Amino acid sequence: MLLISCPWCGEREETEFHYGGQAFVSYPADPESLTDEEWAQYVFFRDNPKGDFAERWVHSAGCRRWFNTVRNTVTSEFLS
Amino acid sequence: MRLAQGGEIDRTRPLTFTLDGVEYTGFDGDTLASAMLANGIVQVAPSLYRQRPRGIFSAGVEEPNALVQVGAEPSLQATTVRLRAGLVARTLSGVGRLTPEPEQHRYDKRFTHTDILVIGAGPSGRMAARTAAAGGARVILVGAGLPELSDPSGNVESRGPLGGIGDELAATQLRVLTGATAFGYYDSNYVLVAHKQTLWHIRARRVILATGAHEQPIVFENNDRPGIMLAGAVRKYITQYAVLPGRNAVVCTTNDSAYATVAALVQAGARVTVVDSRPIPPDLAPKGVEVISGLVTNTEGRHRITAAAVTTGSTQDRRIECDLLAVSGGWQPAVHLFSQSRGSVRWNGQAFVPDASAQANRVVGAANGTFDTRAALIEAAEAAVEAAAAVGYPVAMPPLPAVQEREITPDNPVWLVPGDPANQFVDLQRDATVADVRRAVGAGMRSPEHVKRYTTIGTGADQGRTSNIPALGVIAEALGTTPGELGTTTFRAPSVPVSFALMAGRDRGKLHDPIRTTPIHSWHVTNGAEFENVGQWKRPWFYPKPGEDMETAVLRECRAARTGVGMQDASTLGKIEVVGPDAGEFLNRMYTNAFKKLAVGSARYGMMCKADGMVFDDGVTMRLADDRYYVTTTTGGAANVLDWFEEWSQTEWPELAVTFTSVTEQWSTIAVVGPRSRAVIGLVAPDLDVSNEAFPFMTFRETTLHNGIPARIARISFSGELAYEVNVSGWYGLAAWEAIHEEGRPYGITPYGTETMHVLRAEKGFPIVGQDTDGTVTPHDLGMSWIVSQRKDFVGKRSLRRPDTARPDRKHLVGLLPVDPGQLLPEGAQMVALDAPTTPPVPMEGHVTSSYRSAALERTFALALIRNGRNRIGETLRAPLGDRVIEAIVTEPVFYDKEGARRDG
Repeated sequence: MLLISCPWCGEREETEFHYGGQAFVSYPADPESLTDEEWAQYVFFRDNPKGDFAERWVHSAGCRRWFNTVRNTVTSEFLS
Repeated sequence: MRLAQGGEIDRTRPLTFTLDGVEYTGFDGDTLASAMLANGIVQVAPSLYRQRPRGIFSAGVEEPNALVQVGAEPSLQATTVRLRAGLVARTLSGVGRLTPEPEQHRYDKRFTHTDILVIGAGPSGRMAARTAAAGGARVILVGAGLPELSDPSGNVESRGPLGGIGDELAATQLRVLTGATAFGYYDSNYVLVAHKQTLWHIRARRVILATGAHEQPIVFENNDRPGIMLAGAVRKYITQYAVLPGRNAVVCTTNDSAYATVAALVQAGARVTVVDSRPIPPDLAPKGVEVISGLVTNTEGRHRITAAAVTTGSTQDRRIECDLLAVSGGWQPAVHLFSQSRGSVRWNGQAFVPDASAQANRVVGAANGTFDTRAALIEAAEAAVEAAAAVGYPVAMPPLPAVQEREITPDNPVWLVPGDPANQFVDLQRDATVADVRRAVGAGMRSPEHVKRYTTIGTGADQGRTSNIPALGVIAEALGTTPGELGTTTFRAPSVPVSFALMAGRDRGKLHDPIRTTPIHSWHVTNGAEFENVGQWKRPWFYPKPGEDMETAVLRECRAARTGVGMQDASTLGKIEVVGPDAGEFLNRMYTNAFKKLAVGSARYGMMCKADGMVFDDGVTMRLADDRYYVTTTTGGAANVLDWFEEWSQTEWPELAVTFTSVTEQWSTIAVVGPRSRAVIGLVAPDLDVSNEAFPFMTFRETTLHNGIPARIARISFSGELAYEVNVSGWYGLAAWEAIHEEGRPYGITPYGTETMHVLRAEKGFPIVGQDTDGTVTPHDLGMSWIVSQRKDFVGKRSLRRPDTARPDRKHLVGLLPVDPGQLLPEGAQMVALDAPTTPPVPMEGHVTSSYRSAALERTFALALIRNGRNRIGETLRAPLGDRVIEAIVTEPVFYDKEGARRDG
């Protein structure tokens, strides 16, 4: 079980967190102006790298705050 | 045979035990296996598949043969069961049977953090723990040894001195868990330890693994007879338990370590012949012991070995009579935990040894392939010094005890001696032979993982501790390669068998999962409700009267709500207060319909989609003030909706000033439903003008009930009937319920449960998110295009224009009326066309999502998601149900009061 560092609460057990997928995927400013392909990219497509990955977590059983972090998907080591 | 002296047993405390119905005596300090050997019993139950005689093979967790059932606990190893007075054991052939009796003992869990965790309490582990603790770091030493059987009085921990650790450590932060086994090693140095009846979850900043090594056997013909044992085990029985397993011994070895066994055997009075695989065996045997350069190739005997056949390089083959054959094929470091920690291993020509760590850990001593005692102690001390410095409690290198250095003659590893492969056993517990391995390789298996699954080698309770390396040797030989090239199979937790009861701890029965009940729960229990689980909630399902079955009760409850008045505890609805100047704007972006302009004092039904345009949740929202909304969600969706709000608020629109507070538990909600509900509400809330003009549909009023309880009453209907929802503080939930029930008595007010609620809403075609939807259903699919705003954006809106989502022939929510009004379609039934073929492939048209008997319609009816359903009204479909077929006609989803004439009473 990972030990995850919440920026607000410090190191806590993985079971206190929920995973939020890739970070920096913003909700489009004007969805109606997007093509179907562009909208599908936003809704369905995410990176799946082997290695460092910027991703979102939420400390759902703690302070309930979302935060971004970088994790190595091979070793599960948090780099930020 | 018990020796007259020696050993670490307590001869003043004899213990009587029963094995297979016969009573024997051993001593405190014995294992069941050592006590058996002391009584002359080496043979155990026959092998699992081939029914071959088998005997005690080892003295520890690697034991493949001596499985026993102790009391109700099956599949224990006699070599790890500590003897106690009155113990009743039965030998098992390979498999045990779980008792159906509930576990009587109490198990528990402990969670702890430590600076340094040392696993293994042999010389290396003790050295590491003692050194690491000297600087003041918190250290836990997990000592293997004898796991206690269910002993309710057992101490959970023992602090202080352990053999080799002095009293000077009493003041340190060293904690010793004796009789404990670390069996799982997870991310971030998270280690699970079984310690008697406690499961320890330990998080360590540093881990030092001193898990030792397991002796390996040599595979020769008939290598499974009783009386054949690992050499190290023979020595342990003599020195620790004062038991001599045989008087006439052959010791067959590939390495120096077995000579300690030779010495112990000689000292205990046995006659010994040594067979050493090395061309020039070392001069390590006591005087008078014959040492032959060669190998054992076969054995004789039935219930016990009687002779060993020996092949030699230089002289003639020999036949040596014996009653004990001690075997040493070298030592494999116990890398299970290190490998579980994702550390890599490498083949050093004889064994797999730890290579690179993937976590903050170090492996020391025999576990690291360091078999020389002095070198192992230095390694352990160095690892401890490093770990202590890393955690901020530095220590100096300790003085090392004087250990005699000696010269080592290199091993000459042998995996397999020529012979009949059908009787050369690789895995004694799985009864798998060299022939089985060769058959697997012959069938095309190349990877040890595949061979393992094909032959089941290594899948026994012993986790292949004595079979993995020989199996790799045989595979390598068959493929013309080396074990190092093949690599090992993956090591997984648990590395030793762990009981389910220990895993479960106190999370059993009622404590398995939290149970949520409403403040009115006790009334439901008293009044005979049957309950259904909705998430963790216990909700009244229906209230059967004496003699009523579910169907009768539900029809009665439905009739009451449609013709008189009913009441339901709706407190489990999720409730969220959304507060802030931007609350309206936020809800506008979340819901498919608009809330920003909702008037204070009014309520509106809303629907939410995920970004993919699929329905996510729904519920009624009231506007309490300009900056304050009271949102209700589905019972099961409450937590998800709160999370969803938080996510969008925090990650996408932090500029919106809005906060969210769950108030599900703070409010009790009572639905009062039916044509007579206005009269009842008028009595219970005398200050309220309940006329339709003063209190119209989809509005709410703050008032005080006649018993003084402040209440927020809304005109909301989930049944199509005139209906009210009375919201009061949870503290007053029961009192409000009882007041309404009392005032409704003259009108025959009828409490109803979730089943009646479902029937009533389905008669009106109201979908339930999660029952009539499944994450692939849009608001349009539900026929609810009216709720989708064309004027504003909301999450998921753009998806509704995607070609697939906008397809006109998607599955639509429609009604189904069985042609035979008495037949009930099962929920989940697949619907097919009338002319569909009766053999596969059969095109599926959709499935039934809700199906009930209706009191109002006096017939059965159903809701279903049907391909292109809205354009197929009037078509007959079939539900093939195996032994029968139900035909049903596609209809509009609204069955009752299509005009909506009943909601105002």
